[in-house]
Amino acid sequence: MTDMIAALDPAGTAPSPAPVAEPQPASPMREPDHRHGLTTRLWHWVNLVALITLFMSGLMIFNAHPRLYWGEYGNRDEPAWLVIGQQGARGYLEIGGARLDTTGVLARFADGNGVMRSRAFPGWATIPTDYNLADARHWHFFFAWIFAFGLLGFMVISLLNGHIRRTIAMRAAEWHPRTLWKTIVDHARFDFHTAAGEAYNPLQKLSYIAVIFVALPLMIVTGLAMSPGTDAALHWPSMVFGGRQSARSLHFILAFSLLGFMVLHVALVLLHRPLTLLRGMTIGHRR
Amino acid sequence: MTARTPPTILTRRALVGSLAVASGGLLSGCDALNANQGWRDTLRLAEDGNMAVQRALLGSGALAREYSPRDIGRSVPANGTRAPADADYLRQAASSFSDWTLAIDGLVERPTRFALGQIRSLPRQTQITRHDCVEGWSAIGKWTGVNLGLLLDRVKVRDSARYLVFHCADSLRAGPYYESIDMADARHPQTMIAWALNDELLPIGNGAPLRLRVERQLGYKHAKYVRRIEAVADYRLSYGGGGGYWEDAAGYEWYAGI
Repeated sequence: MTDMIAALDPAGTAPSPAPVAEPQPASPMREPDHRHGLTTRLWHWVNLVALITLFMSGLMIFNAHPRLYWGEYGNRDEPAWLVIGQQGARGYLEIGGARLDTTGVLARFADGNGVMRSRAFPGWATIPTDYNLADARHWHFFFAWIFAFGLLGFMVISLLNGHIRRTIAMRAAEWHPRTLWKTIVDHARFDFHTAAGEAYNPLQKLSYIAVIFVALPLMIVTGLAMSPGTDAALHWPSMVFGGRQSARSLHFILAFSLLGFMVLHVALVLLHRPLTLLRGMTIGHRR
Repeated sequence: MTARTPPTILTRRALVGSLAVASGGLLSGCDALNANQGWRDTLRLAEDGNMAVQRALLGSGALAREYSPRDIGRSVPANGTRAPADADYLRQAASSFSDWTLAIDGLVERPTRFALGQIRSLPRQTQITRHDCVEGWSAIGKWTGVNLGLLLDRVKVRDSARYLVFHCADSLRAGPYYESIDMADARHPQTMIAWALNDELLPIGNGAPLRLRVERQLGYKHAKYVRRIEAVADYRLSYGGGGGYWEDAAGYEWYAGI
């Protein structure tokens, strides 16, 4: 039958069978497989929800005392390295003594009804929108459990099943400065290719290692270091950072570093192959 | 691949647009959730988890860190009530609290009213500890007072007592201040009724003449201006039921170890 049609229509203009939707295996030279395993996909989205909620409720908690210190203690009678405050009708951000007028954005801003408010972070950035330290703490400590156990689960499974070793562990050759530099130059040119057989290039690997194994665990440890109960049971979490207020400062700095990572991460996805990458992180493997 | 064809670019725009809409929806959604009682009850499960984990870690004896005199800061800022306006308190303050008494009653065998001078003449303990406010700040100060367990032994607390409720002389907008702790914290070696801060009699802002120190919890648990300690079977039957002024008025956690 097929032969007959082919014979009748040698030029091949007859409607051909629907093109197979199955994507061809990506060329190992150019394009790695963007489809992620179930553990990675599940954790990725649970973690996204947890981190956004923790960040926004964390900003509300910060609003209760918008000053940061180094050392064991710090309060309104002690010098702060970061202050978000008001002077008259103006709002400002002060870091290390340098002051930036932030009226309209931080410290002094119009709420949803156009009423000027004096608070460090505005309602659109916080959970809940209106000032409420107690509620922000309930949100924060609930999602902290999801975040911590999600991270633990992802780490254990991915280390055991070889996912970490296969995809983001650095190969010896990738540490070579020339390789690293070339990757940085390629990134600057929006060329995000990976080496044959590799899921990620060295810069991506280092970023994921830094986030998964350094920044995220440090968020947990600096958070625990602030708890008077945990501090009584285990002294090291706050002592290792130089005190409770240092841990609080680091918690804040790391939170904004993670926000920076997230912005960059989304920007690179959008610049690269947003749909392919999004599909790979949602639908993932077909099997 | 079609990554650089116009339809994909439009989709990118749509993606950015939908992200913006989603973030707006996220916020109003969070506020709606925040008002939902079922969701609020779910969030508060974390408090039970935190208390269970911390109690398991702490056991009964783990001590809050103590510091050296050179670690003492410029101040221990007064927060909450800074100067009680209650008439009775003002009268007592005018006479340097010479008539102040601390009653311990409820589920005890020997309800007792201690005079302030009596409290100050009991064996004293001193500790340099860090005060952590729920707002985020900390202050290190040297506290002197009487071990709470010692007072409890004097009045012979009954086995049926599971909590202590601290009745205070100050009132805030929503009513009189009070707090409650369980017997594990009440019997903790660092838990005390303090009457001095940094070698001076307690200033009014810090709770003169008597305040609670419960070192492994946040500042709002450390009741100031304490007039009466009541041993109870269940703190939920006192005042608004939350176990403390801020627990009732603002919804803070009863267990403030985090």
